[in-house]
Amino acid sequence: MTEPQSLPFFSRLSIAVGSFFALLGDGRLAARVQTLRNGAPLASEVPPPAPVQTPPPPAPAPVRATANVDAALQLLALLQRESRFVDFLQEDIAAYSDADVGGAARLLHGGARKVLEDTFDLEAIRGEAEGSRLTLPAGFDAAAVRVTGNVVGQPPFTGTLQHKGWRATAVRLPALTEGHDARVIAPAEVEL
Amino acid sequence: MSRYAIGIDLGTTHSALSWVDLQTEGTAPEILPVAQQSGPGAVQDFALLPSFLYLPHASEFAAGDLALPWHAAPDRITGEWARSHGALTPIRLVSSAKSWLGHAGVDRRAGILPADAPVEVERISPLAASTHYLQHLRDAWNHRHPEAPFDQQAITVTIPASFDPAARELTAEAAQAAGYRDITLLEEPQAALYSWIAGSAGDWRKQVQVGDVILVIDVGGGTSDFSLMAVTEDAGNLQLNRVAVGEHILLGGDNMDLALAHGVARGLAAEGKQLDPWQMRALTYACRLAKEQLLGDADLQSVPLVVPSRGSKLIGGSIRTELKRELLTALLLDGFFPAVESSARPVSRPRAGLTQIGLPYAQDAAVTRHLAALLGRQLGATAQLAGFTPRDGASFLHPTAVLFNGGVFKSELLVERVLSTLNAWLAADGAPAARLLQGADMDHAVARGAAYYGQVRQSQGIRIRGGTAQAYYVGIESSMPAVPGLEPPVQALCVAPFGMEEGSEAPLPPQQLGLVVGESVRFRFFGSSVRREDRPGTLLDFWSPEELQELAQIEATLPAEGRAAGEVVPVQLRARVTDIGTLELLAEAAGGVHWKVEFDVRDA
Repeated sequence: MTEPQSLPFFSRLSIAVGSFFALLGDGRLAARVQTLRNGAPLASEVPPPAPVQTPPPPAPAPVRATANVDAALQLLALLQRESRFVDFLQEDIAAYSDADVGGAARLLHGGARKVLEDTFDLEAIRGEAEGSRLTLPAGFDAAAVRVTGNVVGQPPFTGTLQHKGWRATAVRLPALTEGHDARVIAPAEVEL
Repeated sequence: MSRYAIGIDLGTTHSALSWVDLQTEGTAPEILPVAQQSGPGAVQDFALLPSFLYLPHASEFAAGDLALPWHAAPDRITGEWARSHGALTPIRLVSSAKSWLGHAGVDRRAGILPADAPVEVERISPLAASTHYLQHLRDAWNHRHPEAPFDQQAITVTIPASFDPAARELTAEAAQAAGYRDITLLEEPQAALYSWIAGSAGDWRKQVQVGDVILVIDVGGGTSDFSLMAVTEDAGNLQLNRVAVGEHILLGGDNMDLALAHGVARGLAAEGKQLDPWQMRALTYACRLAKEQLLGDADLQSVPLVVPSRGSKLIGGSIRTELKRELLTALLLDGFFPAVESSARPVSRPRAGLTQIGLPYAQDAAVTRHLAALLGRQLGATAQLAGFTPRDGASFLHPTAVLFNGGVFKSELLVERVLSTLNAWLAADGAPAARLLQGADMDHAVARGAAYYGQVRQSQGIRIRGGTAQAYYVGIESSMPAVPGLEPPVQALCVAPFGMEEGSEAPLPPQQLGLVVGESVRFRFFGSSVRREDRPGTLLDFWSPEELQELAQIEATLPAEGRAAGEVVPVQLRARVTDIGTLELLAEAAGGVHWKVEFDVRDA
């Protein structure tokens, strides 16, 4: 809420002359000026409504419901398109020989690898060779390094690196157009 | 002044855009990730834009599935998805538009693509398709760089060195139709060399010396293009001169993938396994990957290929086979890059009587034979340059260095094969072996080189001199008494000399031609890549087919303004090369009045 400042005389004169012609030419402006002259307050002078006591925002739930469903569907569609991922997993492979399954696995591997490379930048969490001994200092990132086995005492912990870990440093999913139904993993194909 | 120099590689199978900041000294050209549809409802950035255009049926896709960041509902698919989806419905897929644009046998402004589309599909012209790709690249730039509108930047568009004047003019026209303002045309092999110069960071001066002849071999997805550049000296500075270019050869990496797939499919057919078109496409794709593996690792003897079934049963219906090294060697190395003699020439088979109107693909697939023909034909290309003494008994022009370009040459095996074939020719002639210029970027060199060229034009930097790579002639009937049963012999009148630079004008030939007011007159038109001495006005009575190649006819129309119809007006033909880099022919009457002579003549 701000009180308009008073203007000097020549500014007032210029506004008066300008308003004369403006009022003659614009019926709506004239009506609004009349309202103002009758003593109605300007919008900027109207006091804002008294603040309502809003309840504090709920504390974030400790468990998030789900990840972004669209992104999951998109990745699945990409894997299916490039590597027939869903077809492979949905097929009963018990009846086929290892050679047949191996052939399909090559196809899956080639395509899925391309999707992986196109979509993610991956890096190993630990640079050491697997099998080598390493020491975790106090306050190590427990999300990025999982300790197993004889977990007792206080860090630093010393142990053997079993798996070097993976971290995605960048994710590049295709942009999704508005209204696209991402639930279609692979459209049915009809040859005409 | 423009903020950026933008280089556009408008390729037969892939296009790319590279850019460089003109306000920062010494920056290297960068590649623009081009947003394009990659599947229904998905838009992805790729470093290349496949030069494919899909014209969908009205009910083929859900609303909104074709959207682009800058267009909510386009009616076409461009790029990656066009290529992958179009392979399933080829009757709606426009491909190789650039080859059609360079094909003088068709009306390039008429809706003729897709070539085998049914009547119901609305066809577009090669010119419109090229315009569309250029527009897509412009929109992709504008979307990413809203602060620097595309049409305010300095644009260089690349063309094959072998493009004739009509194809060059059509490319410039497509760029203008796509809203490009400030454009220049640049030959692709030159762009590749510029990219190599830019990549060497000043070191190139140590890698070449006066007297070098650099051979640029550019084998793209659909075309093969050769150029020869001579290194000379001017006031202590190295100069690059493009002295010759090869013929227009429609032969590229895609032909090679297809040849492999058909080779493998023949083997499968012998086992009684027939492939449908869908499987054939999958096989071609698998062959391309397997080819790259085999070419990348000389110890590998075979790569397994799996052609999946089309249904949701992946394992049940899939066909397993392999690509063996013998087949690759037989088809690719010996088929496309045979180790021939330097005297070998491309074989041309007589065409079958009834041929569909299609692209004039190279009849001989051997890249090395085309190369031998070029070097043999251009034996005298450096004769007029200071510092070049032709070796006695040379049977072809001797390159001293080779720069490879195009995705095909990511394979060291193929580079090795071409280089060793060339060096065998040189050894037979008693000349030293040619060396390989290292450090080329096979996929993006042309676009990068074009952006670098835009930078060079604005500032000081080495520029390749060259001008037009051909001299041009019009055919005129010689005035002699008619002999029954004999066509009057044709003389070739030189109108544009070899090596005309951008923005230059040739002197008027003294000969006058008669144009009839209100009528269009067609002339036969010839080009020569070897006659370097002819001046405008030179009249040839005889020539060998090696010397002069006939191009498509050209046409001059004299408007009837202020003249009586039927009146004959004597004109002279003046040639000039525009700043863009296109050739123009003007019919000039007394008093300086002139009319443009059209290179791209529609069939009446």
